[in-house]
Amino acid sequence: MHGSGIPIWFFIGVLLTVYGVLIFGYGIVEAVTGNYPPLVQMTNLHTPIWWGGLLWLAGLFYVVKFRPKSSK
Amino acid sequence: MFGLVPVSTAGSIAQMPALLALAASPLARLRPLDIAVIAIYFAMVVWIGFYLKGKSNTSEEFFMAGREMTAWIAGLSFVSANMGSLELMGWAGSAYQYGILATHWYWVGAIPAMLFLGLVMMPFYYVSKTHSVPGYLKLRFGEHARILAAISFATEMILMSGVNMFAMAVVMKVVLGWDITFSILVSSVAVALYVGLGGLRSAIFNEVLQFVLIWGGALLVPILGLVQAGGWGGLKSKIITNLHSDTYFHLWRDTGTFAANPMGVHWTGIVFGLGFVISFGYWTTDFLVVQRVLAAHNLRAARMAPIIGSFFKMAVPFIVILPGLLGLVLLQNPDGSRRVLVGEDVVNSCQANGAQGSIENPAACSAAMAKTRLSPTDQRAVLSAAPGTDLHSYNEALPLMLVRYCGPGLLGLGITALIAGFMSGMAGNVSAFSTVWTYDIYRPLIKKNASDSHYVMVGRLSIMIGVAVSIGAAYLVMHAHGIMDYVQALFSFFIAPLLGAILMGMFWKRATAPAGFIGLLIGIVTSVSLFVWVKFNPAALATVALSPDAKPMAENLYRALWAFLISIIVIYVVSLFTKPKPETELEGLVYGATLLPKEEPVPFYKNEYMWAVLVVLIFAALNILFW
Repeated sequence: MHGSGIPIWFFIGVLLTVYGVLIFGYGIVEAVTGNYPPLVQMTNLHTPIWWGGLLWLAGLFYVVKFRPKSSK
Repeated sequence: MFGLVPVSTAGSIAQMPALLALAASPLARLRPLDIAVIAIYFAMVVWIGFYLKGKSNTSEEFFMAGREMTAWIAGLSFVSANMGSLELMGWAGSAYQYGILATHWYWVGAIPAMLFLGLVMMPFYYVSKTHSVPGYLKLRFGEHARILAAISFATEMILMSGVNMFAMAVVMKVVLGWDITFSILVSSVAVALYVGLGGLRSAIFNEVLQFVLIWGGALLVPILGLVQAGGWGGLKSKIITNLHSDTYFHLWRDTGTFAANPMGVHWTGIVFGLGFVISFGYWTTDFLVVQRVLAAHNLRAARMAPIIGSFFKMAVPFIVILPGLLGLVLLQNPDGSRRVLVGEDVVNSCQANGAQGSIENPAACSAAMAKTRLSPTDQRAVLSAAPGTDLHSYNEALPLMLVRYCGPGLLGLGITALIAGFMSGMAGNVSAFSTVWTYDIYRPLIKKNASDSHYVMVGRLSIMIGVAVSIGAAYLVMHAHGIMDYVQALFSFFIAPLLGAILMGMFWKRATAPAGFIGLLIGIVTSVSLFVWVKFNPAALATVALSPDAKPMAENLYRALWAFLISIIVIYVVSLFTKPKPETELEGLVYGATLLPKEEPVPFYKNEYMWAVLVVLIFAALNILFW
């Protein structure tokens, strides 16, 4: 957003980071235990790991780049 | 939002109450991780609403987001306001039925109009400092035209919000088995909270958030689908092998006659009806989308916003049309055979006894399928499916693909994307309603000279009341099925004549105030009359669409075309017999009478014309590639 205040990109970064951590974490658990959801296809690609990881990285980028600056 | 929803979806919305009554088993079951993902989304939108409350104190802040949005935010919000879940599901279903013909609604049906808005029309909207499209009509054609446009638009927005709310509740019921009232209440409370608190700024923020979520949630489906199908080449060869037709891959080749393509449309209807009248009417005069661009922080940003939006609009078929095509060959029954999707009417006929999704009434099912264009092979496949095999409709193609590839967490993300799409649609409806109600109805007709804070209070109150009326409309639609057709038709009645009035007003100095009002009114009457004529006499479709082979999709396109033409002819003729405004009063409103502000020179990569040329080149290349 133009002007003062927290930019929307920061909110998006927070949301993507939280989602990324949750989905990536689940993907790791799934891969370690080998307990895959029965009706889901292409589980051999370990989608939650790389997709969750991508969301996490994108989220971190936005959180860091658009973090609110402390006003002095 | 519903203006560009496909006929297949429109039909399915009308049949949604019937679909509910069948109470088929839900497509997906959410795990705790999915529920956490959805709950976090709701917490985030409410947080944004509370955070922005302190930044929405004046009317300029509340209704126009302070006019301080960057081109990127205005552009993403502009394209996102149109990207509702119903639209995504509907077009995926249309792609399953018609192939990439459905892409016309994203390319020729959007891109030229978006560029025209940015490069040609935006300066007049922006320089006139109007708060709304009816506000522009007031400046150009006087109070009567403004009131007619404002009342039609406000009514339409509130009813659309109700339809959106109901549609979301039905989708959640069909996909997840959620209770209808629960879905309606949760979504409406969240929307009322974040728009009521933060105004347009909050709606825009959430639309950008929704845009990211839709891509994050839906992009996996075409990626994994293409991997499984063996790439684009593999998909093409599988479709040709299974369906014995390559018509699914051509945008223009089969539109020389109405009968040559499954949609029953002719290229003239696509180019002039969709590509010109409907598309230009929607993207350049519908205040729901134009409001997002008016919130830009300067004229250059306002011109760049639709151009940025057009890049993303061109990419949307990747997450909407492609899953529909992939569903044609990848969706399977539990026994491994190819799953055939059908229309809602066939689902209803096949499940006449109210069973759990599988076929209970083969005779009625067979008769219903005989009226469709399903191939004999597909009809046999539906009838011979193993016991317990659920029958699903075209509009479930996208959710079915989502369930196919997304496990816990990712499924929650996909469902959140659908919910976000519905909620931003509702938020767009009520925020546009609130602005038009306060600026174009309440202020001129009820209380002219109140304080700024009074109008902000009226705006907040109108959002709460608007949401409450929308809930009423949602239940009305649920209990009175026939109303749905009329609610959706409202949009199409108004959009083409409004385009005629705005274009004549903006580009012809001689157009007069009485002509603008009369042209708009007669255009609306023409559109309503054609709709009623075809409704009560389906044979009239051949006359309206100029061909006995025309199908309902063609009726929409040609009805819009006639209403537009009548509107501009009436404005032209009446203008010749009435007194025009002096040119000095047209400054800032009409081409040729307005000195546009000189824009500062910028490097080429920030120049809107350079980006517009790039859009045109990509647009042309895509149309040639998929000719």
